[in-house]
Amino acid sequence: MSVSRKAAHSFAVPLLVALALAAMPHPAIAHVEQGQAAGFLTGLKHPWSGLDHVLAMIAVGLWGAQLGNPALWLLPVTFPMMMSLGALMGLIGMGLPGVEIGIALSSLLLGGMVMGEARPKLAVAVLLVGFFAVFHGHAHGTELPPGQSGLLYSMGFVIATGCLHGMGIGIGLVHRWPAGRLALRGAGAFIAGMGLFFLARALT
Amino acid sequence: MTTRANASWRAGAALCVGVLLRPSAAAAHLVTTGMGPVYDGIGHLLLTPEDLVPVLALALFAGLRGAAQGRRAMFLLPAAWLAGGLIGLRVTAVPAFPVPAVSFLILGALVAADLRLPANGVAVLAVVLGLVHGVLNGAALRQGAGGLGLIGIMAALFVLVALASAFVVSLERPWTRVAVRVAGSWVAASGLLLLGWAFRK
Repeated sequence: MSVSRKAAHSFAVPLLVALALAAMPHPAIAHVEQGQAAGFLTGLKHPWSGLDHVLAMIAVGLWGAQLGNPALWLLPVTFPMMMSLGALMGLIGMGLPGVEIGIALSSLLLGGMVMGEARPKLAVAVLLVGFFAVFHGHAHGTELPPGQSGLLYSMGFVIATGCLHGMGIGIGLVHRWPAGRLALRGAGAFIAGMGLFFLARALT
Repeated sequence: MTTRANASWRAGAALCVGVLLRPSAAAAHLVTTGMGPVYDGIGHLLLTPEDLVPVLALALFAGLRGAAQGRRAMFLLPAAWLAGGLIGLRVTAVPAFPVPAVSFLILGALVAADLRLPANGVAVLAVVLGLVHGVLNGAALRQGAGGLGLIGIMAALFVLVALASAFVVSLERPWTRVAVRVAGSWVAASGLLLLGWAFRK
């Protein structure tokens, strides 16, 4: 134990120095291909741009926090993967009927799960989250402004989505107190209510 | 005391990795640093997410499999990359297939699943990754840094794999390993999207 600690520590200093050195030459060469950094930032910003999207992803984090391990991290891992699959379908031209309805339903159902503190089997929870993630990806993963890097956009998009789940988990940590539990269920009710609103908007 | 020092250097390391992956990382295929071909090679690897991210994913996976596997990857990957690069320097055309997308997908999924491969699994992965990406790099370097660029890439590979896999080996708390696996799932998800961009309708 102490040996590994010491070894880890002694390797820390060269690590920091090497990484700092590695990071140094960037500014000098950032002009070789323009628009690439913008791709990353666009991707990073995109998931935050629609409330329907944000609420569903936070709901995933909240629900994971209510369910505890392993759903705590399994749900937020499932969502970006299945979301990317949805975006892949969109990019290669596979249609998906009722995307807006699916997104609205995801807020309604996931919010409802948080509101009711539902505890289905893990596989059911993963399937539910994964199913709706496809709609989110199909709608949002394919909106790349021209001239920007697809890869950097995608990485930004995935990282931002993961951070939104992380926010949900962070908020969900109040689950350990009775008052926090109540607050979480209230948040679930709010998300479900917004889902109803999105659904009404999608159907009209 | 040691625990606190340990935690603080980890935070520092995470910050540095963040700095490395910061948005200024232009995906340039012909990086010209103005400091000669070796530095151009180093710059190429560090500024090309198509190469950098699969390498980091392999290092994370090797680290999850333990120190011995990390050591093997650290030596095998640069060697295979050099061999592939030397082949690539003699290749006139490379297929248009989005190879990096597949690397993202496979390596990211392996990290996310924390899969226990057979004894030589990591070594095989390192050799295949090195050969394939090395050929692509070599073909790209033909108009640029050339063979000396490969030396720079090798050096950067060795350092990156050593640091990243040792970092994972040093993780002791279960949730920190879960965090590594989550990062792997993000790599795989990005790979799926990259595949989509390549075959975009």
